[in-house]
Amino acid sequence: MQKAKPIELELAVVNGIELPGHWNRMFEPRVISEYDLSVLDQVTSIEGAESLGYCYQCGKCTAVCPVDTVGDYSPRKVFRRTQLGASLVDSPDLWLCTTCRNCLRVCPKEVNMIEIMPAVREQAVLEGKAPEELLTAFENTARYGNPLGEPPRKRADWVKSAEVPVPVMSQHKAPVDVLWFVECYPSYHPRGKDASVALARLFNALGVEFGILGTEEKCSGDSQRMAGEKGLFEMLAEHNVKMLSKYQFNQIVVTDPHAFNAFLHEYPKYGGQWPVQHYTQFLAPLIDQINLTRPISKKVTFHDPCYLGRHNGEYEAPRNLLKAIPGLDLVEMGHCRETAYCCGGGGGGMWLDSFVRDYTSQRLSEKRVREAVEYGADILAVTCPYEVSRFEDAVKSTGNTGKLEVRDIAELLAYSAELI
Amino acid sequence: MGSILVVTEILGGNISDTSRELLSKARELSQTLGAEVVAVGFGSESAQALARIDADRAIAVTGQAVEQYLPLAYERSLLQVMEQESPQLTMIANTTMGLDLGAGVAATRGISLAAYCNGLAVEGDEIIAQSQVFAGKLLAEAVLPSEGAVVTILPGSFPASEVEGHPTVTTVDAVSAPGMSLIQVLEPEKGDVDITRADILVSVGRGIQDPENLTLADELADAIGGVVSCSRPVVDAGWLPKARQVGKSGQTVKPKLYLALGISGAPEHLQGMKDADLIIAANTDESASIMDVAHYGTTVDILDLMPALTERLRGE
Amino acid sequence: MRILVLSKSVPDLVEELALDEDSGELLHDDMTYVPSEWDDHALEEALLLKDEVGAEVTVLAVDTGDVDNMLFTALAKGADHAVKLTGDFDLATSNRKRAQAIANYLRDNPFDLVLSGVQAIDDIDGQIPAMVAGLLEWPHASVVTEVSIQGDQIHFRQEYGGGLQAELAAQTPLVLGIQAARKPPRYASVAKVRQMMKSSTVDEVDASADAVPELEIRRFFKPVAAGHAEMIEGEPDEVADRIITILKERKLVRG
Repeated sequence: MQKAKPIELELAVVNGIELPGHWNRMFEPRVISEYDLSVLDQVTSIEGAESLGYCYQCGKCTAVCPVDTVGDYSPRKVFRRTQLGASLVDSPDLWLCTTCRNCLRVCPKEVNMIEIMPAVREQAVLEGKAPEELLTAFENTARYGNPLGEPPRKRADWVKSAEVPVPVMSQHKAPVDVLWFVECYPSYHPRGKDASVALARLFNALGVEFGILGTEEKCSGDSQRMAGEKGLFEMLAEHNVKMLSKYQFNQIVVTDPHAFNAFLHEYPKYGGQWPVQHYTQFLAPLIDQINLTRPISKKVTFHDPCYLGRHNGEYEAPRNLLKAIPGLDLVEMGHCRETAYCCGGGGGGMWLDSFVRDYTSQRLSEKRVREAVEYGADILAVTCPYEVSRFEDAVKSTGNTGKLEVRDIAELLAYSAELI
Repeated sequence: MGSILVVTEILGGNISDTSRELLSKARELSQTLGAEVVAVGFGSESAQALARIDADRAIAVTGQAVEQYLPLAYERSLLQVMEQESPQLTMIANTTMGLDLGAGVAATRGISLAAYCNGLAVEGDEIIAQSQVFAGKLLAEAVLPSEGAVVTILPGSFPASEVEGHPTVTTVDAVSAPGMSLIQVLEPEKGDVDITRADILVSVGRGIQDPENLTLADELADAIGGVVSCSRPVVDAGWLPKARQVGKSGQTVKPKLYLALGISGAPEHLQGMKDADLIIAANTDESASIMDVAHYGTTVDILDLMPALTERLRGE
Repeated sequence: MRILVLSKSVPDLVEELALDEDSGELLHDDMTYVPSEWDDHALEEALLLKDEVGAEVTVLAVDTGDVDNMLFTALAKGADHAVKLTGDFDLATSNRKRAQAIANYLRDNPFDLVLSGVQAIDDIDGQIPAMVAGLLEWPHASVVTEVSIQGDQIHFRQEYGGGLQAELAAQTPLVLGIQAARKPPRYASVAKVRQMMKSSTVDEVDASADAVPELEIRRFFKPVAAGHAEMIEGEPDEVADRIITILKERKLVRG
């Protein structure tokens, strides 16, 4: 067994600056010589998972990891357990990370769980070690183009309840300004559909020239990618890029921050390069043109979606929309913006509810709902399609029914504009 | 004169209820067609059992090879009978035996088969078979050829014959088939509970989605004073033992209350529970077959409904 | 031990079935097809046998026009070979004709064990495994679970009504209609399926299309439901309240 060598130099020179021994340790791997590192090496040899080896156990991640507040998981612990010889591929740790990105924000060594998790999970999926409920979501997505297993032909059925024109590109046969990428939960989930209807009416009220792909749209696949099914993601990306390429439009507007992330960072690799905005970013500059006549005289707090905020830096657009609603009193929770909590749905968490429940004391969504109640909010405003159902379930399970409502920002705007 | 051959199943010295259903239909068809009803049974007890049924003739296949049920020996022996009789129509129940024998003998003899049949009628000189396909979502009508066809019939499709008859019983020797043998009969695993004796069944299907969610069903069963049962996919997935399965290959139940949760209602399942006193079904698809036999239905998510019910029952 | 797994695709019941209600004909081209669920179990059982005793697994489908993905998925799961029987086949091809093509293939290509799903949702003219066995006059059993290889014999369980089962032994060649595999069918990652599409081939075998006795189907139609449940509308809490009321009225719960 080759033991790793501790690096504790008397004097290190970093970028031309002399650093004395007692703190150059901060820049070099911490003492790990007492351990057989073969298991760690197995993990860090996976493409994408290299940075796990950079961890020097400072624990900054543990302080901010949302999962650590409800369970015994944090990136530091992942490193430590791997260092001690526990295989990550076989560990429940592998499925607890929601890829919320809070650890990477504070990590001095850039241990990147956003890359480590998908890479190692891919290995686990290949070895047949992924939880069954997650595989069902994969199978549904591969077969039906959505993780819910809903009929692909009914993807645009929600449009009927919009009661305003929602042009489907294949029938529209004309260029549009905005191609609205609706995504799965907004197409199929009852509460997701409510937000879609609200947004469709807002677009119509604003006179936006828009269209949707309808049944030609499939899941953007970003969360499946984070959950370890890269091949599935690629298949979906190729499909969506091909469908989108058939039509003329100026920009894409997405309902889902996860789709936003895919269009910003991943789809260009598959030839899909279009300007893309989250719908809150699209609406924010147009807010003066929306006739917000009906006041919402409530205390409202906003949950920053991980993939809109921390992943992609947008914190203001949703807040500007909320502030424009007459009577609305926006209160911030302790965990907000960069430090926002996570709903637990990202990185495949949406499809691992039962699995995660076994390893946590409460759901992340429940923790978040309790925080919103603590800050006196009447309404928890959200803007990610995973969240309405997750938080509404959490409101019930924490016994807060009647105390806290969960509303998508699109719903709040449409309500204030008397469109719903 | 043509004949209608009815393949009977004999259990504990008596012919099964399903076989009686086939006999009643065969008698009805025979009167229109002017054909005779010939019943065939297997094993040493068959001659006695067949002697009391409503058939014109009966054939008892006896011999060591058919003393216990063995698909191969039964198939070979039935083929021999069919060879001799050349029946206009052969009726077999869609049980395991029907699945073993029906399509096999039809293929060997080069004749047509209509499977999952739940209706047979004579129109002019043609026999029309009605079959249930696509998990009960569609029916199909097939015109059976006059030179002989096989139909496998869903149990429960026709009223059972109550008529006692006096057919002439002939005994023929079974065809031995050494290629297949019985190792042992495995009695039903009774497990911890006997679902056939429970007054209230909380029955879960594919809609339970994940084995973890069974806790919700357990809690509900506990609160309501019932027992958890399930449909086939739940057993196939290994989430509950076979002893808990309701349906054709599981148990037939007749509780006072059957809560069908996330069960779509495949014909095989309905067969095992449709006679429950009160059936309340929760399924996201309002058009699911279970709703056709349920007294009350709802499309709310069972993962929401189960805890909601439990909470109310515990609050009482 | 050479195992042949028969697989076929069937209309996906998640989507509406496409039926021309005037003519009573199925509109095959308007339906989405998915692998028959029971066949997935047959494949899983075969792959478990391969894992245990090193059997060679070939998966076969009749080329009805949409089977490549299904075959590559089987290869990705661990099947050794994939065979597609080509000829005059389409989605409307009867089971009887498919069985004939498969039987012809088996006459030329010896296998010890043939596994298939015990049935499929569209088996109106009979189940394929039983017909293949009948045509070849091979032994066959349906509603089978727990297959094992014991020397030159195959042991398996057969399920009857009421939870009764039997353990049987049979000589090869043998055809078994699988009810359920011992484990849920395994997942093949999309990357692996795609890799198979690049790196492996599906053997195309021309299958002679003999005339077979076809069942004359006059029409398909939707059943008229004898009755329909009285639907309880509302949120889960409202539905639960109503159910409790019904149960109380019938004295099924106290109160």
